[in-house]
Amino acid sequence: MLQISQLHKSYPIGDSSLHVLKGIDLSVEEGEMVAIMGSSGSGKSTLLNIIGMLDEADSGDYILDGLKIKDLTEKKAAVYRNKFLGFIFQSFNLINYKNALENVALPLYYQGMKRKERQELAMYHLEKVGLANWAHHLPKELSGGQKQRVAIARALAANPKLLLADEPTGALDTVTSHEIMAFIQQLNDEGKTILMVTHEEDIANMCKRIVRLRDGVIIEDTKVEQVRAEQHV
Amino acid sequence: MFKFLFDRDTWQEVFDSFNKNKLRSILTMVGVWWGILLLIGLLGSARGLENAFNRLFGDLATNSVFIWSGNTSKPFKGFQEGRRVKLTLSDAKKVEENVEGIEFLVPRNQTQSEVTRNFLSGTFQISGDYPLLDKVQKKKLIYGRFLNENDIDNNKKVAVLSEDIYQQLFDKDEDPVGQYVQINNINYTVIGMYEAGQINIGSSSEIHIPFTTFQQVYNQGDQIAWMMITGKPEYDIAQIDKDTKLLLRNLNNVHPDDQRAFGGFNLGTEFSRLTGFLIGMQFLTWFVGIATLIAGVFAIGNILLITVRERTKEIGVRRALGATPFEIKRQIVVEAVFLTLLAGIFGIITGGWILIGLDAAFGQGDSAVIVNASVSIAVVFIAITILTILGTLIGLIPAFRATSIKPIEALREE
Repeated sequence: MLQISQLHKSYPIGDSSLHVLKGIDLSVEEGEMVAIMGSSGSGKSTLLNIIGMLDEADSGDYILDGLKIKDLTEKKAAVYRNKFLGFIFQSFNLINYKNALENVALPLYYQGMKRKERQELAMYHLEKVGLANWAHHLPKELSGGQKQRVAIARALAANPKLLLADEPTGALDTVTSHEIMAFIQQLNDEGKTILMVTHEEDIANMCKRIVRLRDGVIIEDTKVEQVRAEQHV
Repeated sequence: MFKFLFDRDTWQEVFDSFNKNKLRSILTMVGVWWGILLLIGLLGSARGLENAFNRLFGDLATNSVFIWSGNTSKPFKGFQEGRRVKLTLSDAKKVEENVEGIEFLVPRNQTQSEVTRNFLSGTFQISGDYPLLDKVQKKKLIYGRFLNENDIDNNKKVAVLSEDIYQQLFDKDEDPVGQYVQINNINYTVIGMYEAGQINIGSSSEIHIPFTTFQQVYNQGDQIAWMMITGKPEYDIAQIDKDTKLLLRNLNNVHPDDQRAFGGFNLGTEFSRLTGFLIGMQFLTWFVGIATLIAGVFAIGNILLITVRERTKEIGVRRALGATPFEIKRQIVVEAVFLTLLAGIFGIITGGWILIGLDAAFGQGDSAVIVNASVSIAVVFIAITILTILGTLIGLIPAFRATSIKPIEALREE
């Protein structure tokens, strides 16, 4: 599904540069649910951004679903993001003047899908996250958990190969976090490959594999016994 | 390529972002609206003034000069100064033959006489005229006809009345044709009556009788009171004026530098002063209007830059979801053009209202200051084209700004 080898990335800071990723080797199989852990500054977000094609590595290889991701133009990156990836953000990043349905339909709009089809598909995904009754509400009328569920529906809308979640529970309370995690686990059960960045141990333990980063290198990569989130709900 | 222009979603996006910043969008549009309003309002008024002038001078050949004789102010060839010079028909003939560029030359004679009809009488100006006068001072005849060659050849005792003399001597709506008026106790048959024009050179109330009749009745011999000359369109009327006077001085033994012997009024020069003023005003209008328009369009560009800055994160999200930089740019340019055009169209409409208002206030009746204040469709079309072009150009600045930020940086924005 995803192979990364000898990935390096550094950011210029004034005259010197900060070496953030120092040779990452990572391979993710289809259907896996991986948590990337590490303290702040460990490079976990940078890694996720490179995988999400929002950022580009200085050197190293990145192969996604057999496709080599290298020297992307902005346009190509946009098309790949739309086709292969679904993003879930810590702060949800819903567009505040669009209602839930329109937010979910947005990736489909950029795919060039017709309005009617798009809305039907978006509605289907909203139903899946249990928010069909909230389709015509604006984000500000939704709770944090509902917003994140809309965001998940949006990430799923384009039927991506890989779901990337950046601290998906970072802005939620414990109960809501567990609800969201239960939902993400369910998606994984259905076969979606999920990669998530988190710094919370209990959230990481709900994944199937934990990759720990420190100072730009992987210090630990272990498969774990998945804790089911339903137990906490 | 332009399919997106007919896509409901494109416009949904535009309306959403307009609604989100309603006050700001409207304030921004005021700039463009004001520019177009000024352009339409001023151009329309200028056109109205021009129309008013054209209506005033419409019946009159504007490239004409009037020449009369006076007293000499310099001694010449044994003649003392102060000599009265008289213009004659042979002078007129020689002028017509020798001065280049003359279209018509109309000799005229004038005097004041007592006019009587039944028990009504008054002292009016009597003019001895050729039918040619109708060519240079178009008469709008209400009754009958103007003088013709037959009247001239046969020294007929016929008269054409101006409107106000008719009003003094006849009843309202009475047909004067075939009736008699007495001028100095001689009966003349009225053959026509014409409407008063807006501007008359000389008197507006006069009775025209055939030139030859005038000669005979008033014993004028070869003399004429003054002559009216119109120039061919391609000739400079000022030059004709100069040449004619020089020739007349030569013919009448007047010192070549004597400015007083022949007087004149050059309508062409006066008129070109007016039209020059109008052209200047139109130029000023275009200048002010387009300058204001450009300022307004810049205001829109400016506001879109701020909007783009505020929407950095949103744009980042859109790009993460798969929007290409081109799609983002296109959306912003469409927004810019839309705002500019909307403001422009409002400007055209309100400008039209102002012109309608001006027309209602100043454009009614015969003495209107502004006649048919309007702008042509071409001007409106040009204005809209300029707006679209400027809107596109100005939209490109925020559009490129929006996509110059990497999506990752845009997403980090809080």
